[in-house]
Amino acid sequence: MSKQNDQPKGQDLLRMVEKPYLKDNIPPFRVGDMLDVGIRIREAGKERVQTFHGICIARKGGGIRETITVRRVVQGQGVERILPLHSPSIESIKVVRRGKVRRAKLHYLRERAGRAARVREDFRKRPEDKK
Amino acid sequence: MVKMLIGEKKGMTQIFDDSGTLVPVTVLQVGPCVVTQVKTLAKDGTDAVQIGFGEAKPGNVNKPLRGHFAKAGVTARTVLKDVVPEGDQMPQLGDELRVGSVFDGVSHVDVIGISKGRGFAGVVRRHGFSGSPATHGGRFGRHGGSIGTSATPAHVLKGKKMAGHMGAERITVRNLEVVKLDADHDLLLVKGSVPGCKGGYVLVRKALRR
Repeated sequence: MSKQNDQPKGQDLLRMVEKPYLKDNIPPFRVGDMLDVGIRIREAGKERVQTFHGICIARKGGGIRETITVRRVVQGQGVERILPLHSPSIESIKVVRRGKVRRAKLHYLRERAGRAARVREDFRKRPEDKK
Repeated sequence: MVKMLIGEKKGMTQIFDDSGTLVPVTVLQVGPCVVTQVKTLAKDGTDAVQIGFGEAKPGNVNKPLRGHFAKAGVTARTVLKDVVPEGDQMPQLGDELRVGSVFDGVSHVDVIGISKGRGFAGVVRRHGFSGSPATHGGRFGRHGGSIGTSATPAHVLKGKKMAGHMGAERITVRNLEVVKLDADHDLLLVKGSVPGCKGGYVLVRKALRR
């Protein structure tokens, strides 16, 4: 019975349950960064990894429910994918280019096209760089 | 061994399964339960095992029960429940029953709990009546409307759905899939929701119809 009392309570317990399913190898990235996301796709029994290249326009949720929205423009048509960050089907995430943005959600990019939809590159150091 | 243990609903979350699907799960603290009494047909009129769950402050337990726990050699518990023993291995007085041993290899469970009380609920919430439209001449609001005819049968039919007390009743949810069993922490993760509030007591048994 003592064991039960040592155990985390309330939300902490739920966090403990989620923990083994969280990834620890997610690179630090922010909204505005260009990402290469490797997505596992099962096709006719075979599994392969498809890379989705685009700009991260939103990071939402916390813990195991955290998702990212990645946007790219394909043949003039905007494509957005909402990806669960900790899903096993997300094989890899690579930061290709850092963006300097002043918003947490870049929904304004949807109304813009071509040169207006650019995001300036961020060359500054970030706190997460120090290691 | 026994078929059923007492537990506590801890809350809900989601976890990924092997194929990468997010599965909604309810986290249940199941056990450890302790055998407080072994009843026999000859002595007590029934073959059953009484199990206890939850730490109770000794001061909150009345004297007869305190004696009852002392007899079993266990600390005071908050919930007691008779369960049916199973197999040839009879649990002994004072034995500790854990999820790891009772629910090992079990794929589905039934969960019994007390649903959240909704007080005196109207007919829209309680029975899913649609109420009247807010506009376009609707004029009876959230009432149930007519409850029957006039001269025949001249009374309201039994079982007519009307407003009244809702919730806070015993609800059994059958065949919930066991997603994960964490024997170290006495946790059972079942797919889907379970009646009752967080911290509410639940009974968890091996699925009857599977």
